[in-house]
Amino acid sequence: MSYDYRERIARRIAREFQDGQVVNLGIGMPTMAANFIPEGVNIILQSENGFVGMGPSPVPGQEDPDLINAGNQHVTLKPGACFFDSATSFGIIRGGHVDITVLGTLEVDEQGNIANYIVPGKMVAGMGGAMDLCAGARKVILATTHCDKDGNPKIRKKCTLPLTAVGQADLIVTEKAVIECTPEGLVLLEVAADCSIDDVLQATEAELMILDTPGVFA
Amino acid sequence: MNKERDLVQAIADIASGSTIMVGGFMTVGTPEILVDELVRQGQENLTIVCNDAGVPGGGVGKLVRSKQLSILITSHIGLNPEMGKAMNSGEAQVQLVPQGTLAERIRCGGTGLGGFLTPTGVGTLVEEGKERKTLDGKDYLLELSLKGDVALIKAHRADRAGNLIFRMSARNFNPLMAPACQYVVAQVSEIVEIGELDPDEIMLPGIFVDALVLAPADDQTRTNETEGGAP
Repeated sequence: MSYDYRERIARRIAREFQDGQVVNLGIGMPTMAANFIPEGVNIILQSENGFVGMGPSPVPGQEDPDLINAGNQHVTLKPGACFFDSATSFGIIRGGHVDITVLGTLEVDEQGNIANYIVPGKMVAGMGGAMDLCAGARKVILATTHCDKDGNPKIRKKCTLPLTAVGQADLIVTEKAVIECTPEGLVLLEVAADCSIDDVLQATEAELMILDTPGVFA
Repeated sequence: MNKERDLVQAIADIASGSTIMVGGFMTVGTPEILVDELVRQGQENLTIVCNDAGVPGGGVGKLVRSKQLSILITSHIGLNPEMGKAMNSGEAQVQLVPQGTLAERIRCGGTGLGGFLTPTGVGTLVEEGKERKTLDGKDYLLELSLKGDVALIKAHRADRAGNLIFRMSARNFNPLMAPACQYVVAQVSEIVEIGELDPDEIMLPGIFVDALVLAPADDQTRTNETEGGAP
């Protein structure tokens, strides 16, 4: 998976942001989306460790030891930023005051189930704030490679790993496709310019519905 | 009134077997001086409540390394592989709690509430052993409050009455933990006389704080940033 693919996913996700929205970005590709926000769109970034109004990385040497994002990286503040405690922060999240959360995932399935916090016997990191974000944010966007590093599909008929949330995924953005999660199942909305519909279907275990001719993104 | 206390004395009042809440998020806002003294004094068989397991040798990670920690109630251990090893070898137990649920359980513990209903964790491993309630067609889990014997917290400024002002993202769990615990020690960078803090700017009332420990400014630095962000 080259850097270009990561950037493609981040760039496409940034097009989902609308002016004035409160957005929480997970670690990695989700955080990269902040670099591609369209001109004229201003969003308010929420960081679950206790503030809104997060800005970009500081100039080296200007880091403040008391100011990190939820991924333990130093950040800056935008004018109008505000701090609060963790109970208020998750009140904001569960209370539906975060318009969009963007998260990575290990698996997602036809019912919109998300599995992204534990691989039994291998990776036990803990859910952190992911379960609250999935349960509470108005829109959950998953930023993920289409397949895992062994080439296995991550978009499954049914998740095999322990779930982070039941039926909470709204949109899946990969390097190959943009897929909407609906009560009726997964709908293929867009296909990457260097992919065919067949490429996407072959790399996807879940059934994908094609209602209109999919759009193209690059 | 003067709640400033000697570091050694303030920590000596903590007994082995205590449940201790420790503030901080990935060690930002963790009172490292207080944790260092707890390691030096060596109280054992501790149940620690903290957002995460810190980092190897940093934050509550120091209590993992010293084997004083028996049980960790937390949302995330991914930045401290030593915690994962201790868990896998059976030396210590980990109870994983979603971060928002952990914060709210602590808040309830300090505010007279027995618990709350949250949509977080419905249909996941978190639901095991819990009651599910359906209200207006939406499912919730009944989560119970959490209390501790001791809170070790960090603030920026204090007055001698224990009124506290936190700084930036170092606030996190700190103000929630103080009301939920019997004995509260706050590590602070500055202590001023009573009346010098603007009452409108105080973030935690001093009635929740038992002891203030003044930490030298050069101990406020922190070098635990994760390269490339947390995994």
